[in-house]
Amino acid sequence: MSQAASARKWTVEKSERRNTIPEGLWLRCPSCAQMIYRRQMEANLHCCPECGHHFRIGAVERVRQLLDTGSFSPMFTTLSPRDPLGFADLRAYPDRLAAEQRKTGQQDGVQAGEGFIKGRPAMLCCLDLTFMMGSMGSVVGETVTRSIEHATRLGLPLVVVSCSGGARMQEAGLSLMQMAKTSAALARYDKAGGLFISVLTDPTTGGVTASFAMLGDVIVAEPNALIGFAGPRVIQQTIRQELPEGFQRSEFLLSSGLVDRVVSRKDLRSELARLIDYAGM
Amino acid sequence: MSTFYQLEFERPVVEIERQITEAERGEAAPKAAAGVPALGGVADGAGGEASANGSSPPADLVALRARRDEVLRELYRDLSPWDSVRVARHPNRPQTRDYIDRLCRDFCELHGDRRYGDDPAMVTGFGRIGSIKCLIVGHQKGRDTQEKLACHFGCAHPEGYRKALAKMKLAEKYGLPIVTFVDTPGAYPGLGAEQRGQAEAIAVNLREMSTLRTPIVSVVIGEGGSGGALGIAVSNRVAMLRHSWYSVISPEGCAAILWKQANEQTNNAAANALKLTSRDNLELGIIDSIIDEPLGGAHRDPAAAATQLERWVIDELTRLREVNPDVLVEERYARFRRMGSYAEQMADTEPIGSD
Ligand SMILES: [Zn+2]
Repeated sequence: MSQAASARKWTVEKSERRNTIPEGLWLRCPSCAQMIYRRQMEANLHCCPECGHHFRIGAVERVRQLLDTGSFSPMFTTLSPRDPLGFADLRAYPDRLAAEQRKTGQQDGVQAGEGFIKGRPAMLCCLDLTFMMGSMGSVVGETVTRSIEHATRLGLPLVVVSCSGGARMQEAGLSLMQMAKTSAALARYDKAGGLFISVLTDPTTGGVTASFAMLGDVIVAEPNALIGFAGPRVIQQTIRQELPEGFQRSEFLLSSGLVDRVVSRKDLRSELARLIDYAGM
Repeated sequence: MSTFYQLEFERPVVEIERQITEAERGEAAPKAAAGVPALGGVADGAGGEASANGSSPPADLVALRARRDEVLRELYRDLSPWDSVRVARHPNRPQTRDYIDRLCRDFCELHGDRRYGDDPAMVTGFGRIGSIKCLIVGHQKGRDTQEKLACHFGCAHPEGYRKALAKMKLAEKYGLPIVTFVDTPGAYPGLGAEQRGQAEAIAVNLREMSTLRTPIVSVVIGEGGSGGALGIAVSNRVAMLRHSWYSVISPEGCAAILWKQANEQTNNAAANALKLTSRDNLELGIIDSIIDEPLGGAHRDPAAAATQLERWVIDELTRLREVNPDVLVEERYARFRRMGSYAEQMADTEPIGSD
């Protein structure tokens, strides 16, 4: 009893909003430490106007950046998460979900739909870091899978923008199975001759990396994004030594032969269009 | 087999087992030659308990054994998930190579991924189970310290997953069914593993296994940790030994993240929450069957555990071998396609085409 109480006291929840930018007209760039004007940063695709640091963005903003204005037709919006395991840690999963839904105005951490990229029709699916760290539960897995299936049926190029802490622990085994589900759907899309461009953004780790995110026909990464199977902290605890500078960053993956291109956010749209043209889709 | 290692919850049975050992020592001396159980004998389910030449053991020994069985049955009836994880990690629990030794005639190990190396944490090779020629793939944790270190305690590297896939493609080519044994805390998290594409290796296995035109059956024999487990388990049929676990993360990993600390109490809570036991996985539809273990867990009677395992594998393969490869692929796809739990509101009245 007292043990439980003290454990709870010990584990005061830290701020959950470390990844969102604090409100205010000005903010300090975490990369170059310059004070930058928020509006200017936002107008610059959420990149630092001084050093080009890529701030993390949500899925709604990502869709807005990548697709031709007004061309997005959202799909699979009727899906919403359940609590199949009755999961409760320090907080019950349904409470967590409700809080995230209030915060974001979204049902779960993904946006999907058809749209146009510089006039080229495409299927776009974006994970949303602002919703439970972009973790993949059943809704994300199902949405990605339906996006793949839709692209397969219609012969559309498929773009998936990943950013995720990995599988969603609150759906445990069922979220693990989403890895197999999405990957199997990609096998069929591949067989049908589809073009899958996987865009990796900061951070992409765990079960998302170890499934659809690393299965792109072409894999592009935003600069300096953390991309890996295991998180840096887990690796550090395992090998008990400091990780080398730049380890698990986009440029490291590029030199290790794991991604095709590192592409700045400002060039992403035209890069996608170019790749779609080369694939003739 | 050494009995130095004890599970905390098994404490009530330890004293009885000591008395049995003592009584047996007195009993065994006169007829040592006849009573030795055949090592590695698969069919020897009785485990050498019955006296070999017809004479029955003394009454006190019979009583002790009955008492032990009763206590074990009681202890194992409602094993907590966290205790189940402990059984799954028992150092004497049979591993992939133990099952291969017991199940396979003429095992022909195949090494290496032809790209980087030969990962000892992943065992692959041809073998016969019953009369069925198949490819066997399994995680290996290692028995002694040296083997454990070489195997990274069952945590495979990318070359392990690539080796597994390369051999599975061979099996497909020759129409051999594939049997995989899952026993890993997770894929290895390290510098080389990341640099050589751990995530890519697993992802490719998930994609490619879904297309293999040959039967695949998997058994979680100990630990089924996350993507590292799934990386060899995209199969037509998946079973778990009763006291193994299978989930997206280990209880300790989950506790450290969601409870902010891993200790006895939070590990216990995480193990409960993760629904990682064989019964939970069966209820969730993640696995198709539970394979029973001998009383008191597979570590008490590896031969009996192997017999149970063998029966399931042969049953499933016998059935699946009759199925057309197109149907096998279709069924395997459908098996994973339906996984997940979400709500879907049917009337979608949202306007389409707005930004
Ligand atoms: Zn800056």
